[in-house]
Amino acid sequence: MTQAPTIAFQIFQSILVVLAAPLLMGWVNQCRAWLQNRSAPSILLPYYTLAKLFHKDAVIAEHASPLFRLTPYILFGCMWLAGGIVPVLATALPFAPAADIIALVAVFALARVFAALAAMDIGTSFGGLGARREMLIGFLAEPAMLMTLFTAAFISGSTQLTTIVDVLAHRQFVIQPSLAFAAVAFLMVLLAENARIPIDNPTTHLELTMVHEAMILEYSARHLALIEWGAAIKLFAYMTIGFALFAPWGIATAGDWAGLPLAIAALVAKLAVAGAGLALIETVSAKFRLFRAPEFLSTAFLLAVLGMLTHFLLRT
Amino acid sequence: MIPAPLAGALACVVIWFVLGGFSLVPAAGASFARRAAFPLGALAGLALAAFGLRAIWEPAASATLLLGLPGMPFHVRLDPLAGFFLFLLGAVSTAISISAAGYFRGETPGRLALIGLQYFVFLASMALVILADDAYLFMVAWETMALASYFLVTTDHQQSAIRGAGFLYLLIAHLGALAILLCFGILHGGRGDYTFAALSSAHLTPQWATVAFLLAFFGFGAKAGMIPLHAWLPEAHPAAPSPVSALMSGVMIKTAIYGMVRVIYDLIGGVRWEWGVIVLVIAAGTTLFGVLYALMQHDLKRLLAYHSVENIGIILLGLGMSMVFIGFGHPMAGALGLIAALYHTLNHAVFKGLLFLGAGSILHARGLRDLNDMGGLIRTMPKTALYFLVGALAISALPPLNGFVSEWLTFQVALQAPILGHSVVRSILPLFAATLALAGALTAMCFVKVYGIAFLGQPREPRHPVRDPHAHSGGDVGPMEQFGMAWLAAGCVVLGVFPVAMLTVLNRVAASLTGTGLSTDALASGWLWLVPTTPAQASYSPVIFLVVIVGVVLLTALLVHRFYHGRVRRSDPWDCGFPEQTPRMQDTADAFGQPIRHVFGPIYLMKRSLPGPDDASPRFVLKIEDRHWYWIYLPIARLADFVSARVALLQQGRISFYLLYSFLTLIALLVFVA
Amino acid sequence: MGTSLAGQMVNLLAAFLLLVAFAMLSQRRVLSLVRLFAWQGAALAASTLLVAYSTGQNHLYYSAALAVALKVILIPWVLHRLIDRLDVRWDIETPINIPTTMLVGIALVIFAFALATPISEMSSTITRGTLGIALACVLLSFLMMIVRRKAIPQVIGFLAMENGLFFAATSATHGMPLVVELGVALDVLVGTFIFGIFFFHIREQFDSLDIRHMEKLKED
Repeated sequence: MTQAPTIAFQIFQSILVVLAAPLLMGWVNQCRAWLQNRSAPSILLPYYTLAKLFHKDAVIAEHASPLFRLTPYILFGCMWLAGGIVPVLATALPFAPAADIIALVAVFALARVFAALAAMDIGTSFGGLGARREMLIGFLAEPAMLMTLFTAAFISGSTQLTTIVDVLAHRQFVIQPSLAFAAVAFLMVLLAENARIPIDNPTTHLELTMVHEAMILEYSARHLALIEWGAAIKLFAYMTIGFALFAPWGIATAGDWAGLPLAIAALVAKLAVAGAGLALIETVSAKFRLFRAPEFLSTAFLLAVLGMLTHFLLRT
Repeated sequence: MIPAPLAGALACVVIWFVLGGFSLVPAAGASFARRAAFPLGALAGLALAAFGLRAIWEPAASATLLLGLPGMPFHVRLDPLAGFFLFLLGAVSTAISISAAGYFRGETPGRLALIGLQYFVFLASMALVILADDAYLFMVAWETMALASYFLVTTDHQQSAIRGAGFLYLLIAHLGALAILLCFGILHGGRGDYTFAALSSAHLTPQWATVAFLLAFFGFGAKAGMIPLHAWLPEAHPAAPSPVSALMSGVMIKTAIYGMVRVIYDLIGGVRWEWGVIVLVIAAGTTLFGVLYALMQHDLKRLLAYHSVENIGIILLGLGMSMVFIGFGHPMAGALGLIAALYHTLNHAVFKGLLFLGAGSILHARGLRDLNDMGGLIRTMPKTALYFLVGALAISALPPLNGFVSEWLTFQVALQAPILGHSVVRSILPLFAATLALAGALTAMCFVKVYGIAFLGQPREPRHPVRDPHAHSGGDVGPMEQFGMAWLAAGCVVLGVFPVAMLTVLNRVAASLTGTGLSTDALASGWLWLVPTTPAQASYSPVIFLVVIVGVVLLTALLVHRFYHGRVRRSDPWDCGFPEQTPRMQDTADAFGQPIRHVFGPIYLMKRSLPGPDDASPRFVLKIEDRHWYWIYLPIARLADFVSARVALLQQGRISFYLLYSFLTLIALLVFVA
Repeated sequence: MGTSLAGQMVNLLAAFLLLVAFAMLSQRRVLSLVRLFAWQGAALAASTLLVAYSTGQNHLYYSAALAVALKVILIPWVLHRLIDRLDVRWDIETPINIPTTMLVGIALVIFAFALATPISEMSSTITRGTLGIALACVLLSFLMMIVRRKAIPQVIGFLAMENGLFFAATSATHGMPLVVELGVALDVLVGTFIFGIFFFHIREQFDSLDIRHMEKLKED
């Protein structure tokens, strides 16, 4: 477990996730602009935005508590950690046994709780509103995500993402109907957790309809940059979780540098397709009323549960 | 000779009794209770914890006391299970006793003497419940515990609501005790004596075993607060003074879990999977009920009490799964389930004790218990805020704290479902995992609400301050109360970061009950890795997790400050173009729960009254009640009323009638005998 | 069938059938319901085709062709026309609390599988999974008919129930005699037309297809 190459792989992947995440964001925005017949911004725009934000002076409300200033770092740290757990390029990462899928979901939950707490710290009405809505979405999205992952865990007999990917990628060809349910549920959770249409609109400027944006209204400059960057990493991590569960082809094993080019090529291709798909979904659907969101997510939750059931029931 | 841990534990019990007695002596009473009794009690608790921990590693020891009825002496015994619960009682009560020393400092001598007596008798009787080795001592200790806690609950008996809560508590506690007594009766079956050894050797038919199981399950469940016998818990726990609430929620309801495990696994034995399914169904209901009603509360202590209901549900989920696995002949998975349940028992004792002490601190320092009156406490009570945050994160099952570890273990138990032979049971087990996931996420929401409303934001204008003469308006609570909270917060961290140490301890407890422990793979993986079955199946390393997350956060902060700058400007909060922002415009506790009220509407019994359009002073009133009252409790109460009204006809007031009754009874008896 | 590729495909289609049944439970729009029904028919036809191919029972090819013609093309087309004519294209109905309905649905699925277990043990050709799903589809369609308030979704529920039976007949037990299947198909078709005629009458009477109006018909 203390082999240098696998640790080098781990560090390489962690840095890659952090650096590449804004690029994915830029790609999704570009695709969406094309689909909506707008002239697309540069794919590098998220980087420029982050650089601009880091250079500015942070403005903080007078009575903000230390929790408020600490939260952006915790959010960014949690997302980075998640990016280190998920097998993005390779399985058998040295850090993977330290946290399994349940811990992964809990890392996202930790970030959510801190984000919601920070939103309530200043004591403005919109902050509280955003926190309340975020927790409303979270309380269903989180178990739905967990159940989706459990379906994969039952198939592979393990809660280690590494083992799950190994089993799913390298087994003989067996169709798993339960994964179809899980995939639908996962897609719904991905949309909700990353504040995407139809649950939330990442580009909105209307406070009353905001969810995620309402929570971070008080943040500026480097704090905001860290939160935005964290959100980009979160999207990246979610997409790679999706690949790990439903399209694990081409992934390398940690320490196997020869497999790396193929793994990177496969990852880029998968991300390009998934990003375009996300832009397409966001283009063709409209944002739900807030109280349709629980219905949407409870459907996802029940679908994931159903996936688990079908796994047991179709096993002859 | 009695072995050391058992003798030590008995000595601690005696010390508690003596401390309780001394508190009552008028001359020494008040100042003694104030200065010495609670710290000494805390020391005894610490010693008890040490003896309990020691006993887990030693063979079971038993002794016969020179007390009790002639021919029916008290028996005591200390085995790994009892040792674990003594450890829990001692470790948690240490913190609570120290905190109580600060909390009760301002009481009048008369009240203090009584509180001291009841408090220590309560502690000692809980220890005796755990130590008892015969049904007789067990029931005596159990009833003493119920009575002592009843008097503690009704400390403020001038308020009729508190008297009502106390009565309800006493009523349900006695119903439970009656069921337990009947269970012992079935196990005894009119043969032999009442020692646990004799009871466990009884050979029951499956039907009688199931009856005994149901009696034990519901009898102890009444004390634990599972539905539908939970009604007393959210009334009685908040009514008591805060350290007592912490003791009741943290420790007392755990003695019910102890009793359940002792009677079902040890005395009845031969666990059947059908029992496990019954436990699971009730547990799932309890879990969801508890957290959903907690989300609707705005009284902090009541909210915490509902969370106790929820957490009992989570413990029972682990226990139920364990019973299912054992019933199907998979003792290893059964042991894992038992370990998960017991771990959560300990964890809940620690973080719920902490949270109740935190609520007590707010009550003591500010005289506030309604969330809608609080706000911004993190700025004036920073220490309490920090400890409360630890407790809130722990109960929300967030890593790397302790709540996460036990829920993680419970999930791992559910994930063992494929080994079961029965196809329907195999496929419903994951549904209970789904329930747990849902409850965990809802708990996180609830504690975002609590922490965000009480500690963050702007101070609100108190509208329902509790008239507490000792409430001082500035600063944090005293060092004693802070120490109590710090102790439990440290417990949350240690139990969360070093779970493997506790796992080996619990493995011994589980092995003593189920005959097998965890697989050798699980135990051979070292202190760093928490492995329930095999490393390929699942592992979790909180130490690495903690190091990495702290490292990453520090690294980020360092990089940002190194490459850019750390400049900060302070200004007014952004007002979204609306300049008149006041603290009253913040979210309230009720508003925070509104989405849940909307989504889960049919579960609640809501009574709403809307103001009319021409109302001069419009008020919106929303009352949320427990449906159980109308479905179960009130019909039973009405039935009791009806029956007693009929029975009251016998009461005629004239002495000759009463003589007639006696005469008729005598005749009837004579006829019956003849 | 077991682990052969065809068997796995049938399993996958069975899961898809179940997914569509749940989607129908949670769908509010009438038009989307019709589309889902057509998808269900397509999955049914595909699974029949697979069973025909893997077991070599030629008459099942006819069944598959019949399913495509009837369930993917004809009945959806008829329903579309009905919806257009009755002008209920944008009808959105609010079935009672969708998550609760789906929870009941999950309970029904477990029940169906518990029922299927002893039956599949008696026979060698029946697989527990497919029979259970067929049974579950029937029960779920029944549930859908119960919770809906408008007439057209109820009819779609009825037709979906027949789909479940059809699936049980082909995939789980490898087909009934062709004559029986033809008869059932004809019955369903006739049923659809009769329902169509009834809709017009109901509408003339009440100006709405909301079946709550029918409550007025009872004698007090």
